Amino acid sequence: MKELRLMKGNEAFAEAAIRAGADGYFGYPITPQSEVMEYLMAEKPEERTGMIVLQAESEIAAINMVYGGAACGKRVLTSSSSPGVSLKQEGISYIAGAELPCVILNVARGGPGLGTIQPAQSDYFQSTKGGGHGDYKMLVLAPSSVQEMADFAGLGFELAFKYRNPVLILSDGAIGQMMEKVELDEQRPRFTDEEIKNNTPWATTGKTKDRERNIITSLDLDSYKQELHNLDLQAKYREMEKNETRYEAISCDDAEYLIVAYGTSARLSQKAVDLLRAEGIKVGLLRPITLFPFPTAVIAKLADQVKGILTVEMSAGQMIEDVRLAVGCRVKVEHFGRMGGIIPSPTEIVDAMHKKIIGG
Amino acid sequence: MAEITKEELRQPENLIYKKTDLLTDKPLSYCPGCGHGTAHRIVMEVLDEMGIQDQTIGIAPVGCSVLAYEFMNIDMQQAAHGRAPAVATAVKRLHPEKFVFTYQGDGDLAAIGTAETIHACNRGENIVIIFINNGIYGMTGGQMAPTTLPGMKSSTSPYGRDVATMGNPLKITELIAQLPGTIYVTRQAVHTPANVRKTKKAVRKAFENQKLNKGLSFVEIVSNCNSGWKMTPRQSNEWMVENMFPFYPLGDIKVND
Ligand SMILES: Cc1ncc(C[n+]2csc(CCOP(=O)(O)OP(=O)(O)O)c2C)c(N)n1
Ligand code: SF4
Repeated sequence: MKELRLMKGNEAFAEAAIRAGADGYFGYPITPQSEVMEYLMAEKPEERTGMIVLQAESEIAAINMVYGGAACGKRVLTSSSSPGVSLKQEGISYIAGAELPCVILNVARGGPGLGTIQPAQSDYFQSTKGGGHGDYKMLVLAPSSVQEMADFAGLGFELAFKYRNPVLILSDGAIGQMMEKVELDEQRPRFTDEEIKNNTPWATTGKTKDRERNIITSLDLDSYKQELHNLDLQAKYREMEKNETRYEAISCDDAEYLIVAYGTSARLSQKAVDLLRAEGIKVGLLRPITLFPFPTAVIAKLADQVKGILTVEMSAGQMIEDVRLAVGCRVKVEHFGRMGGIIPSPTEIVDAMHKKIIGG
Repeated sequence: MAEITKEELRQPENLIYKKTDLLTDKPLSYCPGCGHGTAHRIVMEVLDEMGIQDQTIGIAPVGCSVLAYEFMNIDMQQAAHGRAPAVATAVKRLHPEKFVFTYQGDGDLAAIGTAETIHACNRGENIVIIFINNGIYGMTGGQMAPTTLPGMKSSTSPYGRDVATMGNPLKITELIAQLPGTIYVTRQAVHTPANVRKTKKAVRKAFENQKLNKGLSFVEIVSNCNSGWKMTPRQSNEWMVENMFPFYPLGDIKVND
């Protein structure tokens, strides 16, 4: 049975991870996401489901613990915030290279450097364009509510195992910290040894007589083989683009103008859409739910319908590059954003729409 | 004594030594004379003798032994440079009934991976760490390692390690022995048959400790890197005895039985 609770985004994610049948969480404290591990430690999931929770010595250690756990076919996850996620990048690249499933939560804050503990969306490039070294992609989910913080824990594991790929949940300090009503799924069982053997035959669980040894590595010194491996990875990413693109279109049917925004910016933009519609201006909101794969096709289609597009991001404008790629030069695409941990207000967005798109 | 032909020599009744099945038939990628191969064999023989091949997960480092998984016929994971103890931590926590070990060089374990090493040891993870200390970065072509001796030449200390600017060699094994999480800390070598036997006993003890859930066992093997040291294998072993052993004395450092 589903259960209704009032929770912080970070707590909802932690609870949902337990219920998704996670086997292990490895983390390191950083604001504004520390509630994830605090909640897990208080909840003692080891007694509830057998899930283990470990406070690592650093984000580097934590992501490498995720590597080790994922390589055993287990459902493992970590969470952090921007500076910590920067530290995880080498590990993420190894995980992508070795094709291991895992869930990583980034409750993003403002940067660069130590920046601020307030929310920001300036990790879009890091999340969607690599971050670590090599040609790899993570599947990136962008929640805009506490409900989605919970839902994406389970969905994240599902997608991670479907594609043997790391899934990043790119949230921000506002969604991590705010409290909302959330409907929680029922407890899903953890994988049994039998399920791991059958569903993830590549997992390192000890070489039994009936099979060859399993090796988890991202290394191939033979460049020709390494290129083939890279081609396989690229084919997998194209497959994700085909099957997993997710978005929400709000009031887009009759829209003459469009806002594209995700996460916290999407919530504020929705209010801005209401305000603009009250003025008689037909504005729609396209909210990407997956940042990779990016909803390029739907934005390209809307570009034929609208007169101009405003992207709203809590950054200097990063996602706008993907919107412009989708749109080409057909209509004007402009950015509005605040940085350094400042959340834009709906009226600021309305003003920007007037100045940069409608009047501009 | 009658001459024995090659064919006769290969008859099963004349065999006095056999490679363990836990080593694959793949030719080792190590330089002739290097201690890595012997260390591999010892670890695999111990797993074989304990009959735990099907329950063991090994973690290979970044370094010359990055390809250990090509030679060790068990399930293995290759870890990022220095991170093997963190990787092993998760594997063991999620599979407490399995045997887990890391196999790491000195650059991997005592420079870039110092934090992971110290903290896995301090948490007393119930794993085995095999530490190959050859005083140099072998894989990348003989650069200075945290364990390079004072005055010792390497490609990044071409005039010898100057401790005033490059620091002193790190006796990480002695440091680790201080931590309550470690149960057994020992330093061995593999350059003579007698030392091979001792090392094998130490490795066996380490895995037996893991079987008994006792905590972390740490086996350092002081080894040569004839290529990196720019010596013949024999010279390198002599140099090791004369120079490495006085600084890194062999023997048990901590035994908590
Ligand atoms: C993050 C990172 N930094 C540097 C390297 C390059 N690198 C590969 S092996 C190695 C040194 C290995 O030396 P050691 O651990 O002593 O092992 P050995 O090769 O001597 O057995 C270095 C620096 C790397 N692969 N990754
Ligand atoms: S470079 Fe040194 S450590 Fe590496 S295989 Fe050769 S002798 Fe051994």
